[in-house]
Amino acid sequence: MTILIGIFEQGLIYAVMALGLYITYVILDLPDLTVDGSFPLGSAVCVALIIAGVNPVLSLIISFFAGVVAGIITGIIHVKLGIRDLISGIIVMTGLYTINLLIAGKSNVPIFEATTIFNNDLLKQLPESFKQYRVLLVLIPIVILCKIALNRYLHTKSGLLLRSVGDNQNLITTMAKDPGNMKILGLALANGLVALSGAILAQQQRFFEASQGTGTMVMGLASVIIGIRLFAKIKLMSFPMKVILGSIVYKAIVAAAIALGLSANSLKLITAILLLIILLISEHGKKEKVQQYD
Amino acid sequence: MLKLENINKCYNPGTVNENTIFQDFNLSIPSGQFMTIIGSNGSGKTSMLNLICGNIKPDQGKIVMDEENMTNMSEHARYKRMGRVFQDPAAGTCPSMTLLENLSLADNKNKAWNLTKAVNNQRIEFYQEKLKRVGLGLENKLDEIVGSFSGGERQAVALLMATITPIDYLILDEHTAALDPKAAETIMQLTAEIIEEQNLTTLMVTHNLKYALEYGDRLIMMHKGEILLDAFDQEKSQLILNDLLNKFFEISIEVGNAI
Ligand SMILES: Nc1ncnc2c1ncn2[C@@H]1O[C@H](COP(=O)(O)OP(=O)(O)O)[C@@H](O)[C@H]1O
Ligand SMILES: [Mg+2]
Repeated sequence: MTILIGIFEQGLIYAVMALGLYITYVILDLPDLTVDGSFPLGSAVCVALIIAGVNPVLSLIISFFAGVVAGIITGIIHVKLGIRDLISGIIVMTGLYTINLLIAGKSNVPIFEATTIFNNDLLKQLPESFKQYRVLLVLIPIVILCKIALNRYLHTKSGLLLRSVGDNQNLITTMAKDPGNMKILGLALANGLVALSGAILAQQQRFFEASQGTGTMVMGLASVIIGIRLFAKIKLMSFPMKVILGSIVYKAIVAAAIALGLSANSLKLITAILLLIILLISEHGKKEKVQQYD
Repeated sequence: MLKLENINKCYNPGTVNENTIFQDFNLSIPSGQFMTIIGSNGSGKTSMLNLICGNIKPDQGKIVMDEENMTNMSEHARYKRMGRVFQDPAAGTCPSMTLLENLSLADNKNKAWNLTKAVNNQRIEFYQEKLKRVGLGLENKLDEIVGSFSGGERQAVALLMATITPIDYLILDEHTAALDPKAAETIMQLTAEIIEEQNLTTLMVTHNLKYALEYGDRLIMMHKGEILLDAFDQEKSQLILNDLLNKFFEISIEVGNAI
């Protein structure tokens, strides 16, 4: 039971990150490595704010915007300075490592005693039997909120234009809009979600760790592709929902691998191999054409 | 009035692939004119359209639209007043979106891209009316994904999308070339109707000599970045297929190969 709860907790926390990757990888069709830096950025900002006594919810919101800034920087490097997308992401990711340390103060910062969204007076009043669902009780509404917000956004005028970036970039130009600016917007949104995910993880695990972001991109990608592939036949399910479920399935696979005796140290290797297998199974490897957003 | 003045353009200068396509190229198209453009492969037709649309920049010379020098204007800014349909039907639509979403996208050109709903249900009737005119039954396919449409259907949608908002210039680059004859005919008729109705200044590159003669009020023939033949109103209407074929024949002897 605790294992199952753990899978759902982790799956939901990383689902927020996977939604960000869905924006870059599927909607923009742009591989963004910034996320390996913006995930711990969210964590660092959130931990620093909580130590400074800022409200945990407000800390999450500010962390989101820290990620937005990171995404904008990657976007400007890529779009305005003309550096290739992967390299732009790597540059910002590398720079963020130092920035994160500067924000957090050192490479490992605990917030064990602090009040967080998962650890506060309100939740302490829960009946004893509910206590183990405490984290899920907080996470589910947050993830649903993110999903609905993203879904709604994709159906706005701005969202429609964003969706056309990966679909037919040329068309945006003929709509008299600069596709580059839309890419920056998409990168900003995506990294905002990734940083938010990092901030939620920091509050749940109660610490910041400089290497928290390693492998974020690969992990997120695996979740996105698992979700979209596994639920491809279910036309009525929205893509963000598929991505969220994909994240949970991914965490379940990893948990199963560990239960089968693979050491936690080989986690990254498992992820890498898993991603390769998924990419090989799905014939294009790349983009599943987005058919429906509702 | 659209003017190309003293244009020089060379691709890949200073390399083995150096290719000077335009040298002191001049062309002016008065407002409301419908010009058809023919010419052998590689004669610079697409390059000329790309220069006008800002997809490529001239090395020298000016591009002027209604007295405004737009040589250095960004590509997307030029499309505020222009629409373009490409040869590839996939180029003018978003394949993963529904027809309704595609039309809504095009309908919002030059308006605010804000956080209001993308699809305005009150416009559906207007879209359906436009689609009915095409005669392909598209009005019943509003909720279908455009990626599943045939080439002719997609090109019809692309044409409607390019012209759904008020524009002044329409740029067509062999937009019927990838279609079967029947679909090409449908698209060509629709094109002519829209141009007439909206009084669009039009440049239409076509491989179809019949279309080049039948439609429009001016015809130019290009070869190696130069205009070999330029026939207006009266003169154009007297042109016959044989004139064009003879001209093509001359060129092909000159360059020593068949067209
Ligand atoms: N982007 C480009 N880079 C280099 N050469 C080009 C480019 N676009 C066109 N060309 C060359 O310029 C010449 C004219 O091409 P184009 O304008 O496409 O002719 P057309 O449309 O009349 O067939 C061709 O020789 C072509 O290879
Ligand atoms: Mg061409």
